Amino acid sequence: MNVIETHDLGRRYGATWALQECSLTIPAGHLTALVGPNGAGKTTLINLVIGLSTPSAGELTVLGDLRPGSLPALDGIGFVAQDVPLYRGFSVADMVSLTRNLNRTFDVDYAHERLADLNINLRRRAGQLSGGQRAQLALTLALARHPRLLVLDEPTASLDPLARHDFMATVMAAMADDGVSVVLSSHLLSELERVADHLVLLSDGRIRLDGPVDDLLAEHRLVTTRSGPVSTHPAWDVVESIAAGAQTQQLVRLRSPEVALPAGCDARPVGIEELAMAYLRSSTRGVGPVLEGAHR
Amino acid sequence: MTLDKQVNGSPIRLRLDPSSGVPTYLQLVQQVEGALRLGFLQPGDQLPKVREVVAELAINPNTVLKAYRELEHKGLASGRPGTGTFIEASLTPVSLPELANLRSSLYRWLDEAAAAGLDDDGVMALVDSALRDFPDRSSATRGARQRRTSGGGAA
Repeated sequence: MNVIETHDLGRRYGATWALQECSLTIPAGHLTALVGPNGAGKTTLINLVIGLSTPSAGELTVLGDLRPGSLPALDGIGFVAQDVPLYRGFSVADMVSLTRNLNRTFDVDYAHERLADLNINLRRRAGQLSGGQRAQLALTLALARHPRLLVLDEPTASLDPLARHDFMATVMAAMADDGVSVVLSSHLLSELERVADHLVLLSDGRIRLDGPVDDLLAEHRLVTTRSGPVSTHPAWDVVESIAAGAQTQQLVRLRSPEVALPAGCDARPVGIEELAMAYLRSSTRGVGPVLEGAHR
Repeated sequence: MTLDKQVNGSPIRLRLDPSSGVPTYLQLVQQVEGALRLGFLQPGDQLPKVREVVAELAINPNTVLKAYRELEHKGLASGRPGTGTFIEASLTPVSLPELANLRSSLYRWLDEAAAAGLDDDGVMALVDSALRDFPDRSSATRGARQRRTSGGGAA
């Protein structure tokens, strides 16, 4: 089953396309990282998936063949927004009963158990909790609905490293326990290698790169040549090229993982952070490749 | 610290070094192999449960599964449905008391090296170079490795 599937999806605000020609397939059972600069279209895509806005163009289905915003889709998707919205004057217990009453399915025992594990007192007001506890409370409320897809829009951007670790540990444990699929928008590229096994990279409202992380790493190499102009080769497409002194370093995408590299070629594997940075830099310079599925 | 107790039934705990540049799944594989070489893990021992590794290290469960699959592929571990993943083979032909003896003679040698003013890098360089020069070593190790791998999978 695919948790998200889009064909030429687009969303326009006035004359501006916040997202366009987006064709994606995100299979179940993965943590998909949504990466890109501010204004790239990450939140636009998320709002379409959770049914907060409707497409201006193209098609989008979630959790198999469900229409976003339909009752079964709403039941099956949990969402934690960027600023972790909670009623700050409400006690934790009030937040739990409010969420239970606003949803068709809600596992109160699960919520209370999780909050006890986290040492979060039910009588405290949400506004008195630490940032880490507020994020954990919002996550607990989302997970207590036992969603099949959990969507997280940078909910931990403001957390300290320890709170962030604990938050991600909860997400990962939910993946292991319930098999929930996760879509996480994030600026923290350094964390990708540990948490993400599927990547979607957006910039200027378009998809620049997407796929299973293992496949993407197998397809890319950092090639160092002695100097001079960009060396084109039938084995690869150049994503980014940096000349420094006597050396030229190029991040290349192999035409296929098995392709034979030229003899004596200094090609080393890249990490996911390095890969994402190269695509982000090249797409903001406007010289980057627009890959299949994302061009006109 | 309650975590120091073996709450999960596995003799080892897995760690991560985020700055090593080694892919996460490979770090897990290498730690298990290291524990096997040093005798911390024996055939029949259980590896930490996926859920426990994930909750402790905040890493993707698919990464842990990939590491355990790799260990199975190498013939070092096998998964038992509903129970967990268990060590199948040993990477060291040396018994635990023998290993302990070797370790204490190494400590005595390290004392001498420290007294002579050799630092850690110096020790490593000397060990590296001695391993290369030791005349009988390469043939002896090759024989031992062949015996070990004839059982199952490449080490």
